[in-house]
Amino acid sequence: MNMRSMANWFAKNTCGLVCVLLLGLSTSVMAAGGGAALESPRFDPGNTKSLQRGAALYMNYCIGCHTASYHRYSRLASDLDLDPLDVSDNLIFTTDKAGAPTKVGSLMTNTMDEDYAKKAFGVAPPNLALTARSRGVDWIYTYLKSFYLDPERGGVGVNNVVYPGAAMPHVLWELQGWQKLVEADDGHGGTVKKLELVEPGMQTPVEYDKSITDLVNFMAYLADPIKLQRHRIGMWVLLFLFVLLGIAYMLKKEYWKDVVQ
Amino acid sequence: MRILDNTVAWIDERFPLTKMLEEHVTKYYAPKNFNFWYYFGALSLLVLVIQLVTGIFLTMNYKPDGDLAFASVEYIMRDVNYGWLIRYMHSTGASMFFVVVYLHMFRALMYGSYKKPRELLWIFGMLIYVCLMAEAFMGYLLPWGQMSYWGAQVIISLFGAIPFGIGDALTLWLRGDYIVSDATLNRFFALHVIAVPLVLIMLVVAHILALHEVGSNNPDGIDIKKNKNAQGIPRDGIPFHPYYTVKDFMGAIVFLIVFFTIVFFMPEMGGYFLEHANFIPADPLKTPEHIAPVWYFTPFYAILRAVPSKLGGVIAMGSAILVLFFLPWIDRNGIRSIRYRSLAYKVLLFSFVIAFIILGYYGMQAPTPVGTFISRLCSLIYFGFFVGLFFVSRSEKTKPLPERVTS
Repeated sequence: MNMRSMANWFAKNTCGLVCVLLLGLSTSVMAAGGGAALESPRFDPGNTKSLQRGAALYMNYCIGCHTASYHRYSRLASDLDLDPLDVSDNLIFTTDKAGAPTKVGSLMTNTMDEDYAKKAFGVAPPNLALTARSRGVDWIYTYLKSFYLDPERGGVGVNNVVYPGAAMPHVLWELQGWQKLVEADDGHGGTVKKLELVEPGMQTPVEYDKSITDLVNFMAYLADPIKLQRHRIGMWVLLFLFVLLGIAYMLKKEYWKDVVQ
Repeated sequence: MRILDNTVAWIDERFPLTKMLEEHVTKYYAPKNFNFWYYFGALSLLVLVIQLVTGIFLTMNYKPDGDLAFASVEYIMRDVNYGWLIRYMHSTGASMFFVVVYLHMFRALMYGSYKKPRELLWIFGMLIYVCLMAEAFMGYLLPWGQMSYWGAQVIISLFGAIPFGIGDALTLWLRGDYIVSDATLNRFFALHVIAVPLVLIMLVVAHILALHEVGSNNPDGIDIKKNKNAQGIPRDGIPFHPYYTVKDFMGAIVFLIVFFTIVFFMPEMGGYFLEHANFIPADPLKTPEHIAPVWYFTPFYAILRAVPSKLGGVIAMGSAILVLFFLPWIDRNGIRSIRYRSLAYKVLLFSFVIAFIILGYYGMQAPTPVGTFISRLCSLIYFGFFVGLFFVSRSEKTKPLPERVTS
């Protein structure tokens, strides 16, 4: 086990224990909304290639409407092992208000005007830099899989199982294709609503799932960019404290020898 | 060494340096039988220092402005060197402050540390607790997330329950606006970084001075000053330094291991220390589905919700805190430690603690009929503890006290 995977293991296991010990509560409260069952694929924050693919998807499909304006392109370049020049050339598609290409040291903004956004969608598309922490990664993943054609929804023409009445059109339709909500046999004589692909996109369902896993993995990075480094430093800090504890324990024992109980 | 001695002598002629050190550290005799529960006083001092230092560094980069606050916190998290560490230490410190203070208060309940001659010590402690709640409440508004905003909105509106037009005027005065707004953020910032910490530090000094005046209680609850040797030193006392400084140093490291495990590996603590909805910027037009205060307020929040009327709830919540101030006079038994008290007392204290924890749990949940019923039951147990204690303590069958402290 290397340091990084140890750190991750530690984060997953020990912390849960401390959580239970400290508060006597182990359930995590997460406001999901919508009520649909969420899928939870495995996200690998240490997989830089996946993060790079996710970043490419974000810059191609999302940032036009959804800024991530707490984060900088240059930080993204260094965290994702990319050359800043490559980022400038291949990942920055936005401009400033005057029309000049966004610089690599800038925050990840866009030029969509809030009033225009409200006119177009009814609400301004939110900044997505922290959505993985507010909604949770499973929510975003399932949301991106759950668009279906809905003729009653004028304008965007689609609805979403996870977030009914969502103002967002199905931006990834090119990749996923179009789904419909159909009634299917639930195996117990009743019916259950389920999504069915009616018009395939550029990707197969398996490829699409992989793509949005990368995208959501990237959004998780975007929400908590320091996570991996934090775990690595944390291991050293705890190692130091445990050594210090040993010394402190011996010191206490030495001093307390002469205290008669 | 001569230079050092001379320097100290020079200072001592002008300032009581040696005298103070002896009085409070090297010749402050503490009972030798302190157990696990006696770490938390020193630990709360440690957390206070962590909060003050990290707070100063946060202030350097934070912007108390409704339009900039949320982004400035993210700026700290991403662009300031080790800003994430400073911020997570501060947010974890806030919750851990309450963890150690609650354990410290439970210790006082168990060993009767609030009883004569420590009534004032207890009252100073309670004032610190109230200050801490104010400090935490105002600090939680500053990140300007949805939960910051709506939590503050809900808590401030509670004051609106006060009748005769006082309530509305009071809430308006507190917020400086008709809703929680930029004006509220600004004043909360001022109070959070200057006013309340100043009061807090002065109260901590008073708390420690009062402690050193009367001496520390101990798990046996007997007075070690009653048994002194020829030099006038308590036979069961040991100098705070070096004995308790080395012991507390060890305790501090154990605490820091827990503290930094949270900071580095689980800063959100599953949504208990940093609530998920607080990663969405404050939006006065969009109420979150479920507004819950941070965990350390939830026992009182559950009491508030348990009472059907708003004013009644506010009164109940206020009384739940206020009644603790009177504990030294509610408990009429001369025996301090739980070790020598009756089964009735133990049952009372145990149910009180359990009720407090259950209230804390239901205060976090969205209201349900079952939850409300259980909250009402636990609120009755909470107040029942004080009523029961008042009568039980009068004629309690206690065990004989030992001559000297036991290990």
